Amino acid sequence: MSGANDPYDPKQVAALSAEHLDAAVRKAREAFAGAADLEALAAVKPGHLGDRSPVLLARREIGALPPKAKAEAGKRVNEAQSAIRTAFDERFAVLQVERDERVLREESVDVTLPWDRFPRGARHPITTLAERIGDVFVAMGYEIAEGPELETEWFNFDALNFGKDHPARSMQDTFYVAPGDSQLVLRTHTSPVQARTLLDRELPVYVVCPGRTFRTDELDATHTPVFHQVEGLAVDKGLTMGHLKGTLDAFARAMFGEDSKTRLRPSFFPFTEPSAEVDVWFPEKKGGAGWVEWGGCGMVNPNVLRATGVDPDVYSGFAFGMGLERTLQFRNGLPDMRDMVEGDVRFTQPFGTEA
Amino acid sequence: MRVPVSWLVEHLGFDEVPTPDELAEAFTRIGIEVEEVSPLGPVTGPIVAGRVVEIEELTEFKKPIRYCRVEVGPEQVNQIICGATNFVEGDSVVVALPGAVLPGGFAISERKTYGRVSQGMICASDELGIGDDHSGILVLPTGTAQPGDDALELLGLNDSVIELAPTPDRGYAFSVRGLAREIACALDVPFGDPGVVEIPEPEGEAWPVHIEDRPGCSRFTARRVTGVDPTAPTPWWMRRRLMLAGMRSISLPVDVTNYVMLELGQPLHAFDAASLSGALTVRRALAGEKLTTLDDQVRALDADDIVIADDSGVISLAGVMGGASTEVGDSSSDILLEAANWDPASIARTVRRHKLPSEAAKRFERTVDPALAPVALERAAKLLNHYAEGQIKPGRTDVGVPALPAPVSMPIDLPDRIAGVRYARGVTARRLGQIGCQVSVTTSEEGQTIVTAVPPTWRADLVQPADLVEEVLRLEGYDTIPSVLPPAPAGRGLTEQQRRRRTVWRTLAEDGFVEVKPFPFIDPSVFDAFGLPADDIRRNTVGVLNPLEADKNVLATTLLPGLLETLQRNLARGAKDVSLYNIAQVTLPRAQQVPVPSLGVDRRPTEAEVASLQAALPHQPLHVAGVLTGHRELAGWWGKGRTADWSDAVEAARRAAQAYGVQLRVVASDLLPWHPGRCAELRVGDWPVGHAGELHPKVIEALGLPKRTVAFELDLDALPLDDHRPAPMVSAYPPVLLDVALVVDASVPVQSVSEVLGASAGDLLEDIRLFDVYTGEQAGEGKKSLAYSLRFRAPDRTLTVEEATSARDAAVAAAAERLGAALRT
Repeated sequence: MSGANDPYDPKQVAALSAEHLDAAVRKAREAFAGAADLEALAAVKPGHLGDRSPVLLARREIGALPPKAKAEAGKRVNEAQSAIRTAFDERFAVLQVERDERVLREESVDVTLPWDRFPRGARHPITTLAERIGDVFVAMGYEIAEGPELETEWFNFDALNFGKDHPARSMQDTFYVAPGDSQLVLRTHTSPVQARTLLDRELPVYVVCPGRTFRTDELDATHTPVFHQVEGLAVDKGLTMGHLKGTLDAFARAMFGEDSKTRLRPSFFPFTEPSAEVDVWFPEKKGGAGWVEWGGCGMVNPNVLRATGVDPDVYSGFAFGMGLERTLQFRNGLPDMRDMVEGDVRFTQPFGTEA
Repeated sequence: MRVPVSWLVEHLGFDEVPTPDELAEAFTRIGIEVEEVSPLGPVTGPIVAGRVVEIEELTEFKKPIRYCRVEVGPEQVNQIICGATNFVEGDSVVVALPGAVLPGGFAISERKTYGRVSQGMICASDELGIGDDHSGILVLPTGTAQPGDDALELLGLNDSVIELAPTPDRGYAFSVRGLAREIACALDVPFGDPGVVEIPEPEGEAWPVHIEDRPGCSRFTARRVTGVDPTAPTPWWMRRRLMLAGMRSISLPVDVTNYVMLELGQPLHAFDAASLSGALTVRRALAGEKLTTLDDQVRALDADDIVIADDSGVISLAGVMGGASTEVGDSSSDILLEAANWDPASIARTVRRHKLPSEAAKRFERTVDPALAPVALERAAKLLNHYAEGQIKPGRTDVGVPALPAPVSMPIDLPDRIAGVRYARGVTARRLGQIGCQVSVTTSEEGQTIVTAVPPTWRADLVQPADLVEEVLRLEGYDTIPSVLPPAPAGRGLTEQQRRRRTVWRTLAEDGFVEVKPFPFIDPSVFDAFGLPADDIRRNTVGVLNPLEADKNVLATTLLPGLLETLQRNLARGAKDVSLYNIAQVTLPRAQQVPVPSLGVDRRPTEAEVASLQAALPHQPLHVAGVLTGHRELAGWWGKGRTADWSDAVEAARRAAQAYGVQLRVVASDLLPWHPGRCAELRVGDWPVGHAGELHPKVIEALGLPKRTVAFELDLDALPLDDHRPAPMVSAYPPVLLDVALVVDASVPVQSVSEVLGASAGDLLEDIRLFDVYTGEQAGEGKKSLAYSLRFRAPDRTLTVEEATSARDAAVAAAAERLGAALRT
């Protein structure tokens, strides 16, 4: 360092010489370029931008310069320092991008790893089907009615026009409960809800009732002693069998697509007269579109209306009923009904919560 | 009912006989269900009538084998091996010669068997496809055919059998007569009624008969045929029709009664008149009376059974099965034919009681045409006269007054109004006339056109206008009814309860549970496995009188047995981590069993009567239950997972209740089958609604379940439908978060601590959460440390730490005062 007040030419101060400053800039650029990562860059930074770096040491010499020389020397130092700063920033930016990319690259995982951390639950397909059917009819303005599974014979048979010893009573093989004269049965169909509805509700009524029903059939591929039905009942002024047909057709379309429809065949049920079997046109039937037996229906027998206090000269009605297991079986092509009752999770799980 | 097409069309005036399939379609369209259409055969190749010339019994085999010489044509005798023994030398038989192919592709060839050369086969009826009788070979009545005659024509194999299942209201359709009439209506062809025959005026009675039980027997007719040749065979044509209809040939008199029953629908009974002693009486059985029926079963009679008795006692279970003592046998030549009308309901009860379904009872249960009895007698007597030289005695017994169908009137456009169709003018009257009604049309005082139909005697099912409507609609065809959606009423959607139940159903599934639907039938011994005391309320079950599985004979009072059985099935099939749930009704008998009131159906029951019907039913609430075993969170690449424990059961139950809009409280309990130290009673307020926790180790052992299996059960119907209408105020000001650790006695339930803190921290407390429970040295002997995070926030300003701290301190002070909690420092 020169002594104070020495009258000297700044160009002659070695540290402030253009050569010296240019060399400092060049060395800094080399050092920064040679830094392979942000850590290396940080390590070389003080040597070129720190307090004891050549440029900052040079800046200290400016104060000793004569005033007229200061400006020139200052400008030169500033330029040099700025060039080094720029070089640093550019290198820093490059290395930062490299670092970020590397970090993300290193953090990558195998996203194909299995993710089944929580066991999957599912609703029983019969539950989902019953809900779906309920929704179809609620959309048509119906309400959902309910009734007990253990039922009085009066509701299950008498009120539905089953004569005391009529063979129709034995058509539906019935579970009876103790004591022997209890007059209680496990309901053989959801039809007792018809009588309950007519007793409980104001006319007109439009209801559906999905529910569990019981008959003494041995369990096999196409029968189960405990099964589910959906019952429909409409009682209003001026209802016709054409309305029944229209309702069943709408139901069929909602369940099996726009190409579906129904066909009625005359039959017999004590609680309807006229009565019919319902076949449904199932476009996706195994082996080609075709008719499938679906359920029973008819115009509510005036005797049922009378037993529940409805004037059959003023009101008429229709009713229908379908088995849900059977519907599910043909709709999904399920070979064995036993799978629906055994409760094997492998059967139910694929149905998820909506099926 | 099986009916050969050839028999059916005999009574119909077809220009061109339809195919069996066309007939089947016609039956279906008018409501007679077709079970099966079976063409006979196919049989090809040489099948001939043969005469057995000589029988050589081969004795060197384990079973009887015959080597027969059979004449199968002029000058042609074949040697044939036969395993049947029901024929003698001289019998006429059917022989399938080498080259013949029988139904099922069974080809006949000359072959060596039982050490002999057999040149053909002597056929049984089932081998020819005309019956299911394989008890012996088919022996044709003498004189039916000459050796060498083509048997194909004789057997009538160019025919089909239609099997029909008429609905139980149509008793008349259990006869060829009724079915032919249905086809006549369906296809508009002329019908010759075999039920119309000339009935000669009787001279006196055939046999004295007294009806003591008029309700049980509305008409009893009898006719006597004497001098019947007991050796007379049943003519081949009749045997063939019986076989095709699925009935076995027994003897001419019995075959005749069966044939007439199939043809007309009137069951007949033939008594051996020589075995009868004195007048016949129709009455109910007396206590202690017994009868040996035709099937040689001794039957103890019920006072409700209708019987026919003579001086010797009961001789027949009326309308169901005859008695052995008066049976027509090999030597019977004096025959009393009976045709009667029995009370359908009584017959149905007798059939059920004695488990004795019969062809006769099937028809009587469905009501037999009350005009038919004398017709059927005449037909049967004439057949016995013709085929067995029987002398028809001039007397006829005919007692009782059968009820005839009453006239039914209705507006003539009722069928149109019910169908929603405008039928062509005159359709209703024409269709009603076609089924046999006498039809008249009048105009009422109001100017309405009324049709009145007097139903024919065979249509006891036509009693009200709706019955007539159905006849018109079905014969016009249901396919002519249009499809019209009724105008939509304004529905109210699902009820609150229905919506909430659906949410519960879905919540558990979303929570990893799989829904199963076990049957409600359980084995009461499961309650022993559960260790329930004798007076446990769950043992109070409703029994099933006719269970499918003898040991599962009560209705479930809890869903757990069914769920645990389903769990076991899954485990047995290799599953390890299983969570199941079920939502179903259970059946809980009332403390006092109320008898079901006896109600008619001619009017609406009163409110009180409806209430008493309801009171007679056991309580049937909807329960939800679940079981878990194995991992709740599965093991995998992320770690070991987490095994289900008691808390998962509690959480699932609480989530189910939350889905229903109800917050459950938990109280320690010790109800079996749960572990006494790991059982939570679930409450709404102070009202218990269910339990959850780990099952008792003894129960787990008894049922062979995996250790630490957990379960919950909740009475969904006991959950209140709280008005769930939240109106939260969400403050945007910053919260103050404070933690606090409290040391309490180990016996203090966490829920009480949480409740006291929550209740005492004031309105500024937004959330409280337990984040750690510590028991150990630092907590002190018999103590536990509970660490909570509290989040405070003010609705209207930025809360200061000081305010929050003072609220926390108040909460801690309350816990100290009420629960002896100490602040852990």
